[in-house]
Amino acid sequence: MWFPRSQRLWPSICQVRQWDEHEGFAVVALSAGAETTFAAQSIMIQTDILIIGAGPCGLFTVFEAGLLKLRCHLIDALPQAGGQCAEIYPKKPIYDIPAYPEILAGDLVDRLMEQAEPFQPGFTLGERAETIVKDEEDQFIVTTNRGTVHRAPIIAIAGGLGCFEPRKPPVERLAEYEDQGVEYIIKDPEFYRGKKVVISGGGDSALDWTNFLADGVASEVTLVHRRDGFRGHPDSVQKVLDLAASGKIRLLTNGEVVGVDGDGHLEGLTVKHKTEGELRLETDHWVPLFGLSPKLGPIADWNLNITKNAIEVNTLDYSTNVEGIYAIGDINTYPGKLKLILCGFHEATLMVQSAFKRIYPDKNLVLKYTTVNGVNGF
Amino acid sequence: MSIIRVTVIDREGVSHELDAPTDMNMNVMELCKSAELPVEGTCGGMAMCASCHCYVESEHADAMSEKSDDEEDMLDEAFHVKDESRLGCQIQLADPLEGLIVRLAPVG
Repeated sequence: MWFPRSQRLWPSICQVRQWDEHEGFAVVALSAGAETTFAAQSIMIQTDILIIGAGPCGLFTVFEAGLLKLRCHLIDALPQAGGQCAEIYPKKPIYDIPAYPEILAGDLVDRLMEQAEPFQPGFTLGERAETIVKDEEDQFIVTTNRGTVHRAPIIAIAGGLGCFEPRKPPVERLAEYEDQGVEYIIKDPEFYRGKKVVISGGGDSALDWTNFLADGVASEVTLVHRRDGFRGHPDSVQKVLDLAASGKIRLLTNGEVVGVDGDGHLEGLTVKHKTEGELRLETDHWVPLFGLSPKLGPIADWNLNITKNAIEVNTLDYSTNVEGIYAIGDINTYPGKLKLILCGFHEATLMVQSAFKRIYPDKNLVLKYTTVNGVNGF
Repeated sequence: MSIIRVTVIDREGVSHELDAPTDMNMNVMELCKSAELPVEGTCGGMAMCASCHCYVESEHADAMSEKSDDEEDMLDEAFHVKDESRLGCQIQLADPLEGLIVRLAPVG
């Protein structure tokens, strides 16, 4: 068992997860609002390479940087390391990782975590890197959406497809009601106590929250879904059907929400039914649960050269147009780019060599083989 | 090598007539990408992102494989879904699809 330990000065300012080879990830610390504020004012995470994105490419960077005695800290908007591999397809086999004829994406992440372990990376998970500025000592200051501040001379953007954000239905004037009755994530079910709630979607989260809120929390729960069939766990589906049959929830299948209305706060929804036309539902809240989709996010405003949602890099060392910022893996682009995990590994390896020379311009760097020296962790 | 003619109508309504090889294990998403049409194919063809959502406008339903559960599930999370909706990555290019016409669904 090991504990990611970067030079965090305050261990509980954001979500910190530990890796245990038997138990997997476990949250060991969660942020509290007051502490986060405190963090924004006076706590800073200092590291050598700040990696944005804890997918396979970001994780392998920790290993390669570690061989050069450079410390890493990773930020990821998702609540766990592993990026797409962990979030989208952990149970899918990958066939083009050298020496693994077949490996499940989730297992690949486990192996990469194990490989990075001796170099004790730090993690800021469940937070999105938001702003970047340079201080007087030529170091970058990166602050997350929750106010966690990081400082490093080198930034490696390994953001893959970008940040995963809730998919928003294309309903006119939807933005006006965000946080005024429209929420894409249920953070605290108590928020809905005694309220009328409409949930949209047919997956596990839509089913689970419908069941949960119908159990004496919300005053009225309606589930709207595009078709008759539901994906999701059969038990949850059955429970929803039972609740509908006993009149405890309203189930509207073959329908979709096409309109929102209300004076300032959400008051009603227009649902278009496949056969019965449009009907209006009075409600206090609408929670559309249509999964996550990746967006480039705030990185788009970091003055980097961007082509077709990807960051342009120099293939010499995968540096961007901003000195000290590199981009590796699926998020970068260059002539001949292939979006493959193995290419990201190569890019990470060359990138840390360049990063080393930037941090220590006067030191000579000699490539040392792990077969000769082994892996000497921190 | 066998080639079929596939028409892809982009989001501006412009038709693109494409020659599609049927012996290269390609799907409609990949065909669109190779023709540099605005299809992201974010998930790489695993029916996990719906960025290749399209409408089949020709009478080829019988010549295509049925929607898998994965595809149906993903369409649940997509928007602007119609009866003729498919994910391009799940339409494998084969000889019976000669004359296929698909329209790219709106993004979002």
